[in-house]
Amino acid sequence: MPSYESWSAARGAEIIAKEAKQDGATLPILHALQRAFGYVPREAVPMVAQTLNLSRAEVHGVVSFYHDFRHEPAGRHVVKLCRAEACQSMGADDLHKHAQDKLRVGWGDTTPDGRVTLEAVYCLGLCACAPSAMVDGKVYGGLDKKKLDALIDRTVRAS
Amino acid sequence: MSGKARLYIPRDAGALGMGSSDVEYALIAALKKRNIDAEFIHTGSRGLYWLEPMIEVATSQGRIAYGPVQVGDVENLLDAGMLDGKAHALRLGKPEEIPFLKRQSRLTFARCGIVDRINLDDYRALGGWQGLEKALSLGPAATVDLVTKSGLRGRGGAGFPTGIKWKTVLDTAGAQKYVCCNADEGDSGTYADRMIMEGDPYTLIEGMAIAGVSVGATKGYIYIRSEYPHSIHVLQRAIDRATAAGIIGANVMGSGKAFHLEIREGAGAYVCGEETAMLDSLEGKRGQVRAKPPLPAHKGLFGKPTVINNVISLASVPWILANGADGYMNFGMGRSRGTMPIQLAGNVKHRGLFETGFGLALGEIVDDIGGGTASGRPVRAVQVGGPLGAYFPRGLFDTKFDIEAFTAAGGLVGHGGVVVFDDTVDMAKMARFAMEFCAIESCGKCTPCRIGSMRGMEVIDRIVKGDRRDDNAALLAELCDTMKFGSLCALGGFVPYPVMSALTHFPEDFGLAAKAA
Repeated sequence: MPSYESWSAARGAEIIAKEAKQDGATLPILHALQRAFGYVPREAVPMVAQTLNLSRAEVHGVVSFYHDFRHEPAGRHVVKLCRAEACQSMGADDLHKHAQDKLRVGWGDTTPDGRVTLEAVYCLGLCACAPSAMVDGKVYGGLDKKKLDALIDRTVRAS
Repeated sequence: MSGKARLYIPRDAGALGMGSSDVEYALIAALKKRNIDAEFIHTGSRGLYWLEPMIEVATSQGRIAYGPVQVGDVENLLDAGMLDGKAHALRLGKPEEIPFLKRQSRLTFARCGIVDRINLDDYRALGGWQGLEKALSLGPAATVDLVTKSGLRGRGGAGFPTGIKWKTVLDTAGAQKYVCCNADEGDSGTYADRMIMEGDPYTLIEGMAIAGVSVGATKGYIYIRSEYPHSIHVLQRAIDRATAAGIIGANVMGSGKAFHLEIREGAGAYVCGEETAMLDSLEGKRGQVRAKPPLPAHKGLFGKPTVINNVISLASVPWILANGADGYMNFGMGRSRGTMPIQLAGNVKHRGLFETGFGLALGEIVDDIGGGTASGRPVRAVQVGGPLGAYFPRGLFDTKFDIEAFTAAGGLVGHGGVVVFDDTVDMAKMARFAMEFCAIESCGKCTPCRIGSMRGMEVIDRIVKGDRRDDNAALLAELCDTMKFGSLCALGGFVPYPVMSALTHFPEDFGLAAKAA
């Protein structure tokens, strides 16, 4: 399970300063912020803008454009299920409905206890091992309902 | 077995997803218990994913493979004499004799799954760096000429001649030039880029260095999608080692030329696989598509002349340099020269990467090499070329795997992904999904893609509901026409391929009468 720091402006400034030296630094900065805090804190946006001599709107535009960047912290575990065609051909839709029913959440939602965030992903490159998933950064292929149940149960129990 | 046991464990994301690291831990524990000294070598995957985790053992007869090995098989395999290559239900024999591998022409993937993926000695021992040495001795113009003569065309999907692109950058004046590798492999059904980055990363590094020294670029970026953390990890280690060894960096192999490599991580936007959106993303902006001209070869990254190539295009170059343009030209058909890594995916029995010369019939790929569906049901549709590729019915299975032949059949080869569906597939649902995917991933810059994809979903919903079916089918065709010719890039421009091919070849799934032939 990933662990994150809580937001502090001083730590944010340090991360931004470290990444700002490279060309095209916006994405590396945002990735580094999210790696540290688990999301891109709203307070960091004007700081990034000032450092890179951009407008706040421009930085917000970048943060909101990319699916990866979170505006708020995710649940303690993130379960990403691949919705792309190769996984669909192996019954992913049924599997996803099963997962949503089990966790009682929809795409992008977090369980009320804050344990699991369920997300759709469009291809993990595991198309020859479909249906596939990524749980807290680890990959799983050849899933069926039984295997996914075990995986989710193991993940939930770990927190 | 005598002395130390040697086991080869595939550690690419596909093998890991099937449990290879769990099997490795089980083997370590079991061997320790038996007091057997063993060495574990981490390789990529051979690409026979239905047999993963496929574990290989060094024996007196050469390497012997076993698979698919699960944790529960480990004790049993060791009891049966796995370390001596002895018989077992999971024994596959010599990997290179497995028909799926034996029938391939592995040029670009020659080392993948065989070598310790980040061992520089392994790489050199199997022909590594010969291409770069050749390029340095030939000089820029002759190297670019050789790549042009090989007939290599972009493997990302557009099929543009690589050598011509390089020549444009070589001939464009600029104090700073770049080589950008597009590793934003987002097409469903494709994993060739991932496999080479995680199985033989030096091939890509060598290809990029050849591009750099040939066109006069001193800096290279590899834009890898964030969905590929394993690729990022392996490639970074390989870059660090190649730099420390002086192969790339300030003085490429002592030539006096500089070529520095850096990885940049994407952030979950499919459209950044479009080359100009990728440039904007690398510059730190929203990944929006640029209008062309100017061409990236003239004004690319940070406004400087830039070579942009797909991973496989670049990874194919070392072989071409080392073995000559003619050797590469001898593979393929028509204007599609050389080999293509065909990626069999989805509901197919033999799921894996099949590198071969262009020109096989689609039916041969799916039925013969792929062995039909994994579910055992009849094959109904095959999507070739990713989420923007056309669906092919069995009636078009004689289409040859060739860029021009696929275009003529109303489809595209794209990045070489082949996703197989059995007879339970609902093609109206797949068509709607194509529009939905386009709506989710549209960069929003041009109207046909941004709005057209939303309207497309609604029109398909109306057809399926039975609301004026024929009128709405005609409207869908018109909308697709607008998207095809009015979109800025291939996202909105190509989404009509899956939608219209589904509608044309499988009208019954939309509740429409089949058209008279």
